[in-house]
Amino acid sequence: MIKRLIITLMASLFFIGSAATYSDEAERVTFKNEQSKSDYTVLVNELRCLVCQNQTIADSDADLAKDLRAKVFTMVEAGQSRSDVIDYMTTRYGDFVLYRPAFKMKTLLLWLGPIVFLFLAIFFVIRWVRKQSVITPPPTLNEAQRASVRDLLNKTD
Amino acid sequence: MKKSALIPLGIFAVLVVFLAIGLGLKPREVPSPFIGKPVPEFTLPKLMAEGENISPQALKGQVWMLNVFASWCVSCRAEHDVLTRFINREKVPVLGLNYKDEPEDAKAWLAALGNPYEHIAVDYEGQVGIDLGVYGVPETFVIDKKGIIRHKSTGPVFDETVQNDLLPLILKLREEQG
Repeated sequence: MIKRLIITLMASLFFIGSAATYSDEAERVTFKNEQSKSDYTVLVNELRCLVCQNQTIADSDADLAKDLRAKVFTMVEAGQSRSDVIDYMTTRYGDFVLYRPAFKMKTLLLWLGPIVFLFLAIFFVIRWVRKQSVITPPPTLNEAQRASVRDLLNKTD
Repeated sequence: MKKSALIPLGIFAVLVVFLAIGLGLKPREVPSPFIGKPVPEFTLPKLMAEGENISPQALKGQVWMLNVFASWCVSCRAEHDVLTRFINREKVPVLGLNYKDEPEDAKAWLAALGNPYEHIAVDYEGQVGIDLGVYGVPETFVIDKKGIIRHKSTGPVFDETVQNDLLPLILKLREEQG
């Protein structure tokens, strides 16, 4: 329940961000119910436009993006689930079409890479810090120095 | 000089290598999920014959190519000459998919530049294009005798593409059992 709420919230945030580019279409499109509408909104914001590559099909004005939006619309209106639409797109355009790639063997490095690098960095920092403390031992004073310090301290009194 | 002073240089060298690899990649060439899969079935009206339909079944049993083209596509014009010479020389049957084009424009285009296609299917709505994962016209698929897609090139075909990819593959596929 909460998860769905978060997703919807996120989707609506995305929607605001990109409303300018397809608001005209969103006005023309009337959904049969809220579920269909939210599915559509989430999907068009998760699918990559292959013509412009760095835009979602919601953001893009390319012809292919329009066609794919229309396809997503007909599929969700026909009652097909989000994963049905995702499957439909990936069998045709590959994993590249997904802005949120699936977690699998091929994308393992993509997902875990940053965490691995973080731990590597922490490991090296800890090692470096420890090494530093070995190289510079805490300053020690010999007897003569201690005596002179004591003298100085006593003098002020 | 201390050995550790070389570490930033080493990191920089690694970075340079990765950036150089990155420059060599072609992000436009998305690997097709269709390689090794059967060509999707479709039935579309023929461009040149009123009221007749064409499907990939018509070319079953031979090594053939499917070329997605349109009269509005500038790169298609660029590849047309190369493609035509290759098709005529090697006698490759080609099904042209006229993608999201006005049939009249396509006919005029072919009349002016020549028609190397054995069949031309009209995909006015671009629906078959979606089924084939088309995203950048022109696209060229190579299909073997069993109807399996073996290669796809996105963007115009150049002489190098023919020499390095298409010709060797087609000769190899012709050797295979149907």
